Amino acid sequence: MIPEGMRYIDEFRDSALVSNISRKIGLISEKQINLMEVCGGHTMAIHKNGLTDFLPETIHLLSGPGCPVCVSSQQCIDHAILLGRIPGVILATYGDLIRVPGSQTSLEKEKARYADIRIVYSVLDALEIARLNRNHRVVFIGIGFETTAPSSAAAILQAGKDRINNFFLLSSHKIMPPALETLAAGDTQIDGFIAPGHVSAITGYGIYNKLSEVYHRGVVISGFEPADILQSVFMLVKQIESGHFQVENEYTRIVKPEGNSRALAIMNEVFVPADAEWRGLGIVPLSGLAIKEKYAAFDASKRFTVKVPDSLPPAGCICGEILTGKSKPTDCNLFSATCNPLNPVGACMVSAEGACSVFYKFMK
Amino acid sequence: MCLGVPARVIRVEGNVATVNIGSVEYESSTLLLNDVAVGDYVLLHAGFAIEKIDPEEAAETMRLFNEISNLEEE
Amino acid sequence: MNHGNGGIYMNQLISELFLHFFKNETIQEQTDSAILNVPAGHLAFTTDSFVIDPLFFPGGNIGSLSVCGTLNDLAVSGAKPVYLSAGFIIEEGFEFMKLERIVKSMALEARKAGVRIVTGDTKVVNSGKCDKLFINTSGIGMMEEKHLLIGSGCKVRPGDKIIINGPPGEHGMAVMQARKLFTFKTCLKSDCANLYPMISKMLKHSGLVHFMRDATRGGVAAVLNELARKCNIGIEIDETLIPVNEEVKVMCEILGFDPLYIANEGKLIAVVGEADAENVIGVMKQTKTGRETAIIGEITGSHSGRAVLKTKSGGKRIIDDLMGDQLPRIC
Repeated sequence: MIPEGMRYIDEFRDSALVSNISRKIGLISEKQINLMEVCGGHTMAIHKNGLTDFLPETIHLLSGPGCPVCVSSQQCIDHAILLGRIPGVILATYGDLIRVPGSQTSLEKEKARYADIRIVYSVLDALEIARLNRNHRVVFIGIGFETTAPSSAAAILQAGKDRINNFFLLSSHKIMPPALETLAAGDTQIDGFIAPGHVSAITGYGIYNKLSEVYHRGVVISGFEPADILQSVFMLVKQIESGHFQVENEYTRIVKPEGNSRALAIMNEVFVPADAEWRGLGIVPLSGLAIKEKYAAFDASKRFTVKVPDSLPPAGCICGEILTGKSKPTDCNLFSATCNPLNPVGACMVSAEGACSVFYKFMK
Repeated sequence: MCLGVPARVIRVEGNVATVNIGSVEYESSTLLLNDVAVGDYVLLHAGFAIEKIDPEEAAETMRLFNEISNLEEE
Repeated sequence: MNHGNGGIYMNQLISELFLHFFKNETIQEQTDSAILNVPAGHLAFTTDSFVIDPLFFPGGNIGSLSVCGTLNDLAVSGAKPVYLSAGFIIEEGFEFMKLERIVKSMALEARKAGVRIVTGDTKVVNSGKCDKLFINTSGIGMMEEKHLLIGSGCKVRPGDKIIINGPPGEHGMAVMQARKLFTFKTCLKSDCANLYPMISKMLKHSGLVHFMRDATRGGVAAVLNELARKCNIGIEIDETLIPVNEEVKVMCEILGFDPLYIANEGKLIAVVGEADAENVIGVMKQTKTGRETAIIGEITGSHSGRAVLKTKSGGKRIIDDLMGDQLPRIC
């Protein structure tokens, strides 16, 4: 079969296109502004493609707390590790989580020593493991925002339907709006938000209305290719220069105003908002997703009794300030010498999409 | 984990849509998406088709990217 | 499999498998050391151990890998491979049929390369003390005086062109496919191959091959970084010039990997003087392992010690060392 290339990707990376959009930005940008990109995928795409080269001096990009791995609490990892040590438990996780440090160890180190920990691409792979191993209990660690939460919810519903009673979810899912509003209300100067394209594909535009209507910040929902991101910057600069703030959508080929109602319905069927701890930010009210009582049979936090110790943030770690755009990776005393991708101390270094990890790899 | 890729639907059977990403084949779940048909382009994310790609909007986006002439006139 | 400890079973293993398939006068002698006749001059000597999981993967197995890997280490140093040794550590209970398949592959690769496996060793260990099978191969090659510095990189100069013989990432992604972690269907195959035939033509036709290294663990990025740091030179690569295997590209997009960091077993990076670069490429393209050869960048006088990538979109970024494997036990 003749490969057709990667349609809807390659054409959005064209260098002439990128130059063109960069020029447009230069033509209208006058004010000194801070734009926050709130998604690990955006952080990665910006630095992997060297996109800051295409922005004028007037625009400063901040990296926000939209990397689900980065904001997974130490307790979440500790909880998972304790579950993994129970005889007969298979832990399944997205690969991103494997090196995240808990208070003592990581899933990667546990895998090497005791636990049956499997990296999966999809929660449905974990469900399949449960289906094929009925004498084991399979716990899937659910991280991610509104993009992955519906997938976890769908897996629970499928497990119920197929009576796969040995499948469990440890939910560390979070939702975007509370964290974004905390940032907008805080003291970091953020003039506009580059909003996460895939979260928005699920939720639609409405979750950002408060940011423009109440907090008077520009919001543009952005795709992930270089041309998408630069066009989104262009649209934000236009808003900010004109003083006319609204929620706009650059990623129209995927994101609809109402989002994906079916996915939202499934997510809301299984989950209910609950307070959640964000690594580096502390407890953010009603920012997490807990499994409803109706589906408690699949809730790993209820079906297994383990005592998860309280955890303290590592000494000297300023991930909280980096995640909220108050500090840069190089402001941290631990950066590079003590905290680096091989020996990560804090969340921002652990994840491949974390601000410190990206900075270390691409900007050193 | 934000990694979504565009994929073309080549077969639909129940809640499974077989998709091609380039020449790589994958059986994705359509549990989160209504009315997936052969020939559709979908966004594949962690094993699920989570949204359809609108080719007209994609073309319009391209047109907007290239829009610069009116700026230079200002 | 009771072939562990020097008894009749071990002898059976040796005679039925190793002596049978690695047929040559030297190994048939079964002396404690192989006595070799070598002409005067420089020898290249290398060793490598192979612990790949799984043992069988599209495009090869641990056996073919262990022979090609060591042949390539000699060839990229500028040596003509002549002799190999093969050491086996076998887990008790490992299937004889699988071992036979692996040994056959090794014999075939060695024969195709015109190289003899002249000595070896076998140990069988208790269950759980090794993961099925580990192989070590060592190799000896003959070197001409004029090629002695190729491995070191010290002949590299600004303006030299950087060449790769095909798309990176095929071996690592084929192995990942074989581990069945993901359910994507691909036609990915390891690029495991003996590079000596291509390299010998390169060296025959050009005196300006300044550096070569095979891009195994850590991929192309590791080779470029080591070269930049060791010789304190700058490297610039153009992403649009790097050959692409479509399926590798797709899998990398889906999983968030970068082909530049993925292991290869049939790809080298060569640095050639500008005057001869097109000539060398022409010669490489006429060989089986060089059909998709391309210039991907050059050595520069700026940003010494660093390898920089100009991306498709036009922006630049540093190609850093990968901290930690993207995929473990890849070779």
